[in-house]
Amino acid sequence: MIGSAAATAGLLVAPLLGEEARKNAAATQQADPNAIPVALDVNGKVHQLELDPRTTLLDALREHLDITGPKKGCDQGACGACTVLIDGRRVLSCLNLAAMNSGKKIVTVEGLAGDGRLQAIQAAFIRNDGFQCGYCTSGQICSAVALIREGRAHSDAEIREWMSGNVCRCGCYLGIVEAVKEASNATV
Amino acid sequence: MMPPLGPPLDRVDGRKKVTGGAKFAAEHNLENMAYAAMVMSTIPSGTIRSIDTAAAKRSTGVIAVISHLNAPRLGPAPGQPPAAGQPGAAAPPQQQGNFAEPQLIPFSDNKVHYVGQRIAVVVADTIEHAARGAELVKVTYDETPARLDMQQFREQGVDRAKSLFTKGDADAAFASASVKIDQIYRTPHEHHNPMEAHSIVAAWDGDHLTLYDSSQNIFAVQQTMSRLFGIPKENVHILSQFVGGAFGSKGSTWPHVVIGVLAARMVNRPVKVFLTRKQLFFGNGHRPETQQRVALGANPEGKLLAMIHEGMSQSNDVCTYAERFVRPTKAIYAVDNMRAINPIVSLNLPSPTYMRAPGESPGMFAIESAMDELAYALKMDPLQLRLVNHADVNPEDGKPWSSKSLKECYAQGADKFGWSKRNPEPRSMKSGRDLIGWGMASATYPAHRSPASARAVVKSDGTVTIYTGTHEMGMGTATVMSQLAAETLGIPVERVRFEYGDTTLPPTPISAGSMTAASVGSAVFGACDALKKRVAEIDGVDPATINAESYHTILSKHYLDDVEARFDAKPPQQEPHATQAFGAHFVEVAIDQDIPVVRVQRMVSAFAGGRILNAKTARSQYFGGIIQGIGMALLEETHFDKRLGTFTNVNFAEYMVPTNADVRSIDIIMVPEEDHDVNPIGVKGIGEIGIVGVAPAIANAVFHATGKRVRDLPITIEKLM
Ligand code: FES
Ligand code: FES
Repeated sequence: MIGSAAATAGLLVAPLLGEEARKNAAATQQADPNAIPVALDVNGKVHQLELDPRTTLLDALREHLDITGPKKGCDQGACGACTVLIDGRRVLSCLNLAAMNSGKKIVTVEGLAGDGRLQAIQAAFIRNDGFQCGYCTSGQICSAVALIREGRAHSDAEIREWMSGNVCRCGCYLGIVEAVKEASNATV
Repeated sequence: MMPPLGPPLDRVDGRKKVTGGAKFAAEHNLENMAYAAMVMSTIPSGTIRSIDTAAAKRSTGVIAVISHLNAPRLGPAPGQPPAAGQPGAAAPPQQQGNFAEPQLIPFSDNKVHYVGQRIAVVVADTIEHAARGAELVKVTYDETPARLDMQQFREQGVDRAKSLFTKGDADAAFASASVKIDQIYRTPHEHHNPMEAHSIVAAWDGDHLTLYDSSQNIFAVQQTMSRLFGIPKENVHILSQFVGGAFGSKGSTWPHVVIGVLAARMVNRPVKVFLTRKQLFFGNGHRPETQQRVALGANPEGKLLAMIHEGMSQSNDVCTYAERFVRPTKAIYAVDNMRAINPIVSLNLPSPTYMRAPGESPGMFAIESAMDELAYALKMDPLQLRLVNHADVNPEDGKPWSSKSLKECYAQGADKFGWSKRNPEPRSMKSGRDLIGWGMASATYPAHRSPASARAVVKSDGTVTIYTGTHEMGMGTATVMSQLAAETLGIPVERVRFEYGDTTLPPTPISAGSMTAASVGSAVFGACDALKKRVAEIDGVDPATINAESYHTILSKHYLDDVEARFDAKPPQQEPHATQAFGAHFVEVAIDQDIPVVRVQRMVSAFAGGRILNAKTARSQYFGGIIQGIGMALLEETHFDKRLGTFTNVNFAEYMVPTNADVRSIDIIMVPEEDHDVNPIGVKGIGEIGIVGVAPAIANAVFHATGKRVRDLPITIEKLM
């Protein structure tokens, strides 16, 4: 038993000691025998990675490259928070393995504002308060970018339908529709 | 003085949120960090006979498997404040812990209390290795009979929250009333489902803990960690800058936080915990199912003579939560004879917790549905019935309201909606193949406030930084507090920086109960007011003469780098007024005659919530509440399998929340309300009232459209067939 049952002033939990700790350290210093090389082109920069083949594109971005704009809302393809653009198309990065995307052009929300200037859609999200907590926002904006480019933002009804793959639990849908409409008008 | 409707400033953190620059808890990737994956119990009641960890430990990258078999004993948890789950009523929350399950310290024994209990954790070098390791842990159990059905144990309900309220003789008055309604209403289990999963990154340095936590209550987390791990509070540093939605689910310290911190300590490296969407349905709270009887007695003119509101809701033995659905009963209508009580039935289900407008939201579904039924029984307009029973003073204690503008909400909402054109006859209004229904309901939520502190520092260049612990889950705290500071100091808002989300800053309460603006705002206002006076004093001038340029001028003249002031704001001991926000919803639904899917075509909602600090962020908060209300009315229900003792639709595909296509036109009216008594800044709080009353307004509209009264939520297609 490590520590004591009594609530004393002292710290109750000690690190694992001795043999077990050494084993643990050794275990994690070994290179992963299953790892494969993956080259990811994200926002114009190519990254060479050694990844577990099971690594999703979303986890590769968030956990290996520290590109945390794409969010993990469900990890099951049901919420849209992880939406990124791959070769210009909107894709759920949680349903994509990183290894499938070697060599493709991946753009995340971080890659939208070239030299610090916001894209029209980003500014429109701020102006129309198209978010509250901001957790779904990266995905909403990536979807909106593609949707406008595809010409699917002609009416409120069309925007609502095509933006429905991006859940916003804060309920910012009215601001989102306004933002997409505004940016769409600015682009056309 | 400040205008009742604050300017619609863009969010100060907007740029960060649209560029991916806002860092949420799990996005702090630390050097040498490991990942933890939870193992959940698969039985509702019993004991763990064995845990076979051999395969997991052999699996690539696994560093440790921790369970009650090898975990050290932790200190006793400081529990939730006495009024568990009802923020606002308690002592300073920063002096209290907030461990959600005081009777179940993680890994303290082999007992299983519900399906989904965190019974072991696997720590590994990557997410994938941790997840694989968790799959390989084999657990066997000795099952004991489980309590899974609220109906079966209804006789054992306990009034845990001491909710019983009586006034006059409700039963006698009800018996002799000439017009009566006596019905049972039900609301299901619901889950908050914030988009951001509950997550932490924990790092130890000697006996100091740094914890990035997706929390809406950092000071209580600090206290909880201090007690559980036996270290001084000063050694615990909690950071929570951006929270991806919470709605109540991140107000308590849930087991994964304790387990993650424990794991980090044991493996001696930083640990990240990011719960899966499925896991979020078990150990992180839910709105528990309720069954409510509402009995209303009235005279032929519609005057309420008796109101009885009773029933039950689910909780368990390891938490202290009680869903207080009779709280609004005592505040909403003038009735001389009343009885209200909400007993709790303890079952082998995960711990419930407060979810956006706890109590008010399910409670008002029952009350406002019953009021609509009463209106039909009286052949009276539902709005007129509410006016006849308007409470001019607080029905609970007879105290005067600090302010109340419900009648204006009714009038402006009805006018904008066109309520006077309503044909009351069910099934009388049509549009093509659609049946059209119009319904309305009242909304209310108390104006809470808790102690909070803030510090304001002005530099010689005239810029100001406000320091206060609080949180930002999307309510716009950072924005409205910057505005409030700027206005109080008389400087442009661009010169204000707002620092928050950190336990090294002045303490603030839980951000819940719609009380952040009132509580933290009172502290920010106090600190800025004191700062302005101090600067005036330095130069020996009247504070009234201080303007935007004075700070720079005076500090330079006196060779000062900076000047600061701190303010500890406390609500008064004795509140001479009742403080409550009110509102009204008007809804139009369209329902296809053959395939009765309910669509909310348009809504007009009017609210009076005291002073509004920012018209833009306030509107968004109202929208958010209303849209969750649409979810509650039509979509949201966590199914519970009474045979297996588990929630079943535990993902975003089967637990349905409103999407963009579910929302059409929503019109918000903010009725201006000046209130000098509620608190120094005149705000009542608006985070929750938006959801209250939406579900009954929709249910009432559905009745008007179809002639079918649905008394159990959600109103799904099969209930209208
Ligand atoms: S995280 Fe990819 S769709 Fe939800
Ligand atoms: S802004 Fe919070 S989930 Fe969309």
